[in-house]
Amino acid sequence: MSLVARHLEANGIPTVIVGSALDIVEYCGVPRFLFTDFPLGNPCGPPWRRDLQRTIMGQALDLLGSAEGPRTTRRSDIAWPSDDDWRPRYGRVKPEEIERLRKLGEERRERQAELKKPG
Amino acid sequence: MTETVRYIYRTRAYYRALGYPSDYVWARFDEVPFARLSQPLSQARIGLVTTASPPDLGNRDSAGKRQVWSGPVSPAPATLFTANVAWDKESTHTDDRASFLPIEALQERVAEGTVGGLAARFHGVPTEYSQRKTMEIDAPQVLERLRADGADVALLSPL
Repeated sequence: MSLVARHLEANGIPTVIVGSALDIVEYCGVPRFLFTDFPLGNPCGPPWRRDLQRTIMGQALDLLGSAEGPRTTRRSDIAWPSDDDWRPRYGRVKPEEIERLRKLGEERRERQAELKKPG
Repeated sequence: MTETVRYIYRTRAYYRALGYPSDYVWARFDEVPFARLSQPLSQARIGLVTTASPPDLGNRDSAGKRQVWSGPVSPAPATLFTANVAWDKESTHTDDRASFLPIEALQERVAEGTVGGLAARFHGVPTEYSQRKTMEIDAPQVLERLRADGADVALLSPL
């Protein structure tokens, strides 16, 4: 999505990205980024929380209107409304799963090789 | 302040565990383009861009490859298909479409006059392993569609 934002800006359309993967977006380099520190999946606000979603949209629009130059990141002050410790969870590799993941990878590569075969 | 999740590191560790021999090379640029607003936001039409797919997965071509697609903001879609993109499926859900495609929240801002208008369509862009496909095929299509909608600015909300 960062690549799309860059293309739009280069062609004269100002953009704001609202997203939760701070490192990936900043590593790429984008014009305006509102960072919402939530589990990946709900960048615009926690599910069913219209109040928080409304606030976040207001913050995104403020950023869109006020940024003076590229690489402007603003961090939303809205916190994930749960005590759930979600941060360690995504994409973790548990020691007991190493063998299962290795097999899964092998199967995927075999499938991909099969798809690439001519004919 | 809590430390933010390092997704680049996590993704690298995960794919190494799957046995992939080389790490994914994330896009990185020294130069970042920047377009200034040519009118106040209160007079601008905003377009929306998502990474979700339509419920019927009609954004796939005959080879099964996902392509850029568009849908109306009114009536807004109740749900969209998100199972094919990476998000934290253990910690949350995407049953509330407004949590990732903020049509209603923007319509409210339009009604109160903060934004001039909402484009009639939103656009879906596939997340691709190939950065070249995104840059050379998908991004130009999104631009073309936003222009066709008369959008002056865009809000992108990747899952």
